[in-house]
Amino acid sequence: MTTFEAILLTIVTASTPLLIAALGELVTERSGVLNLGVEGMMVMGAACSFAAAVTFDSTLLGVAAGMLAGALMAALFALLVLGFAANQTGSGLALTILGLGLSGLIGAPFVGARRDPVAPVDIPVLSDIPVIGRLLFEQDLFVYASIVLTILVGLYLMRTRSGLTLRSIGENHTSANALGLPVWRVRFWAILFGGACAGLAGAYLALVYTRFWSPGMTAGRGWIALALVVFAAWRPGWVLIGAYIFGAATVLQLHAQAAQFGVPSQVLSAVPYLATILALLLLSIRHGRAIGAPGSLGTPFVPDR
Amino acid sequence: MRFELTPRTNSPTVMRVFASVAAFLTAFLIAGFVIWLMGRSPIAAFDVYVLQPLSDPWSLQELLVKATPMALIAIGLSYCFRANLWNIGAEGQYVVGAVLGGWLALRTHGTDAGLWVLPLMLLLGIIGGALWGMIPAFLKTRFGVNEILTSLMLVYVAQLILDYLVRGPWRDPKGFNFPQSVTFDPSATLHPILEGGRVHYGAVFAAIAVLVTAIVLGRTLFGYRLKLTGDAPRAARFAGFSSKATTLAVFAISGGLAGLAGISEVSGQIGQLQPSISPGYGFTAITVAFLGRLNPIGILVASLVVALTFIGGESAQIMLKLPLDLTQAFQGILLLCVLAADAMVSYRIRFVTRGGGK
Repeated sequence: MTTFEAILLTIVTASTPLLIAALGELVTERSGVLNLGVEGMMVMGAACSFAAAVTFDSTLLGVAAGMLAGALMAALFALLVLGFAANQTGSGLALTILGLGLSGLIGAPFVGARRDPVAPVDIPVLSDIPVIGRLLFEQDLFVYASIVLTILVGLYLMRTRSGLTLRSIGENHTSANALGLPVWRVRFWAILFGGACAGLAGAYLALVYTRFWSPGMTAGRGWIALALVVFAAWRPGWVLIGAYIFGAATVLQLHAQAAQFGVPSQVLSAVPYLATILALLLLSIRHGRAIGAPGSLGTPFVPDR
Repeated sequence: MRFELTPRTNSPTVMRVFASVAAFLTAFLIAGFVIWLMGRSPIAAFDVYVLQPLSDPWSLQELLVKATPMALIAIGLSYCFRANLWNIGAEGQYVVGAVLGGWLALRTHGTDAGLWVLPLMLLLGIIGGALWGMIPAFLKTRFGVNEILTSLMLVYVAQLILDYLVRGPWRDPKGFNFPQSVTFDPSATLHPILEGGRVHYGAVFAAIAVLVTAIVLGRTLFGYRLKLTGDAPRAARFAGFSSKATTLAVFAISGGLAGLAGISEVSGQIGQLQPSISPGYGFTAITVAFLGRLNPIGILVASLVVALTFIGGESAQIMLKLPLDLTQAFQGILLLCVLAADAMVSYRIRFVTRGGGK
């Protein structure tokens, strides 16, 4: 394998968690709920998946635990913003603070432990194609799952009746409620889906990307996933493209640090964050204020009666 | 069974205070349960977290020292949150304030400079924080970029700038390669209020900020404008209040106060620049602002209460071997409880059995 191939492979690995988390958040936001707690759900997913995987020596159980942890955090968020009609921005921030603290408690006994790499799925014949063969057809299962998930989320939102219901609730919850659509129920499941995806993204980070646990290891990836949803103008296909651009920026930045260009490493470390700001800025300049944002995004739903 | 929410038309002050207290007690019960799950005694933890710090003069001083930066930042955030603008990057504004103010301290190091150094440092701290805070405000007003994400991303950038400076050009050459600057000269140090005490003049700044804010929010047109912009943006526009000017102003105020908190902490407490100058004050201040119900006096009380969890967390780590992350988890639970209590004040919650509604 050449260095070039290796770099491409790591880009895929770095992009996948961003993609999975952003897809989940996209569905949540399309239903009209802004969950700023992605970082908290993701880091909980990482801690719980790693703890479960080490304890039971099973990657599968680890992944399940990660998704469950993300979904439970999301359920807590749903209780607040749906049950109590609480402020969504504040509740999301609280979820992040709670997640960062709680994951530290859960992960503490597992600091220093390591997991073996997850074996990639080798699709015979196709993976022997030079350069793109290994890149496209010898990845771990998560990578394939994330691509399938992108397609499924796109089909669900745009081609199914249930997806249409979800979008119309996100667009205008008052009208949707007047039409008799189940605003709370749909939003509850959308929030839960977002949480499970964030948990899965965290599990991928801990079990595949780093293969160890360290406190706060998500390092802002949850926030970048949130930015990706805005950047993609709430469209799944663009989330995929955006995630890979950001994954590439992260990986190239790491390689540039290793190559020691004489640029301080901190400047390169700042690249993903500055790139996020730049991407949001360029998008706003081109399209004006937040195009494609669901109409009811972030506003609490209290039905008139 | 399900429950229904009906907006309340009025909510008395007593109820608002009670809601904050109830939120705090609920958070304590949940935290106690978590500690019990971890196999420790919640009673012993309560003793170490709350009772011991409150009964020891040294800890009481420490309480003020820790509450100072949080009160300053949270007071600033209350301007933003009242106008329904979400500055969640106070941590970064705090760091930039410390960097810009600290620059002057290092620049004048060993030059026998006069009394002007300290006031100018504080001013630079305010300017640094305000400018850093105005970046997301400018991007929002000029280009419509979401301020939540940009203000947060700038936290990481600010921390990396500080990291670069103290590991690179600003590192103390005689510091055995430790990533830290030289210790500030006495002329660049914010002194304790009482000789030999620990509480520095930053506490006075916080008290002034509380007083001024109470007057500004309650008695001036600007305060009314913030409230109107937050509660009824359309009405505010009809009244001729420019939302762009409001946005820039509140971000400058909150950034400036966060910057002041940063330089006060570095010059009054730490005494030098180092890679980490905050245990997350900028983020915790968000909890403080909400716990204090965006009210200046409420924030003052809330900052002391949250400072207690920091001090309690440190001693619990030493005495009960409880991890420091517990403090952060507790602060998250606390914020969730406060927001839920908020909803109970804003809405009347009725439980309805199925079929029995309407």
